[in-house]
Amino acid sequence: MKQVMTWLVVAVIAGSLLLCGAGLEFGVPAYHDMDDYMIAHGQEETGGNNIVTDVVFDYRGFDTLGEATVLFTAVLGIGLVLRTLAKEDEEYEYE
Amino acid sequence: MNMSNLVRTGAGLLMPFVLVFGFYIVIHGHLTPGGGFQGGAVIATAFVLLIVAHSRETIRERISLGFLKNTETLGLMLFIVTALIALAAGIAFFGNWLVNTGSLFGTPVAFGINPGDLNTGGVIPIMNIAVGLEVLGAMSVIILAMLSVVRGDA
Amino acid sequence: MFGDIPFIAAGILIVIGIVTIVTRHNLIKMVMGLAVVEAGVNLMLVATGYRDGGVAPIFTNAPSTDMVLPTVQAMTLTNIVIGIATTALLLSFVMIIYRKYGSADVRDMRRLKG
Repeated sequence: MKQVMTWLVVAVIAGSLLLCGAGLEFGVPAYHDMDDYMIAHGQEETGGNNIVTDVVFDYRGFDTLGEATVLFTAVLGIGLVLRTLAKEDEEYEYE
Repeated sequence: MNMSNLVRTGAGLLMPFVLVFGFYIVIHGHLTPGGGFQGGAVIATAFVLLIVAHSRETIRERISLGFLKNTETLGLMLFIVTALIALAAGIAFFGNWLVNTGSLFGTPVAFGINPGDLNTGGVIPIMNIAVGLEVLGAMSVIILAMLSVVRGDA
Repeated sequence: MFGDIPFIAAGILIVIGIVTIVTRHNLIKMVMGLAVVEAGVNLMLVATGYRDGGVAPIFTNAPSTDMVLPTVQAMTLTNIVIGIATTALLLSFVMIIYRKYGSADVRDMRRLKG
């Protein structure tokens, strides 16, 4: 029963993915007005030749700020978790 | 665990080239494919090369975790301060306050297809360097922290 | 039919990852399934922004000005870095769980049940 439920859930997910992807056509993006604007005006507005870097650091700067914060927080969490383990290790070695 | 003499010498020979390539990717982020994240990851692989080649005690003595953590914090602070100066300059948060001013990174860029000039881009090269520092510190701290709790030879 | 192969490949990758997360009992394999889902999502994003005959959106010595969409590439960059952060955090949690229970199998962690 559990197996049947698992595969049913997987089939529903795969079907919905297929439904979402059915309308897409490779090579012809549906909405591209914003990207056309960035390609046309990116050089004069930000001064960089690499439009992807212009988008990352200028047009979508808040996005990058959040991303840097997520990375910083993850490193903080890893440091906290693994420092507990390292302390246990020291007691383990002294026993 | 200690690798053979050949591996350690080879890692020492390769490390400067990996570092130079990583810094090239970071500095030229606004002209060629690449940027802060990719260049920081490349520089972090240089540390991985050292860690693989040398023993754990040598790594623990030579590379300090606090220095790498400070590098990461410095990168994030530089990023936020660069974004905040735009407010003082009278434009929006994350505005490009250095572009087309003629000073550092301020040469007006040639529009259309051009061979590229390093001295363009406004705040984008500064933010690339900041993010490169942050990713370099973050990756190295993750690898060193995970290595520090592995028991036995690894 | 064959033009849509990138989308189909992205969907297959996502389904493989979800099946791995749902059916495996080893925590490391579940984290690997999450990484496969991320790879599928990245492929989906980049394939969405492709334009026929387009080049990379970089003006330095570009062969033509017919360029693919840059926004999805920037979002893929964000996704890759966040994926690295979450994978590292999950793996450190797996390390602490393995140290506590002596096993990375979810069926051995009885005390985690409600």
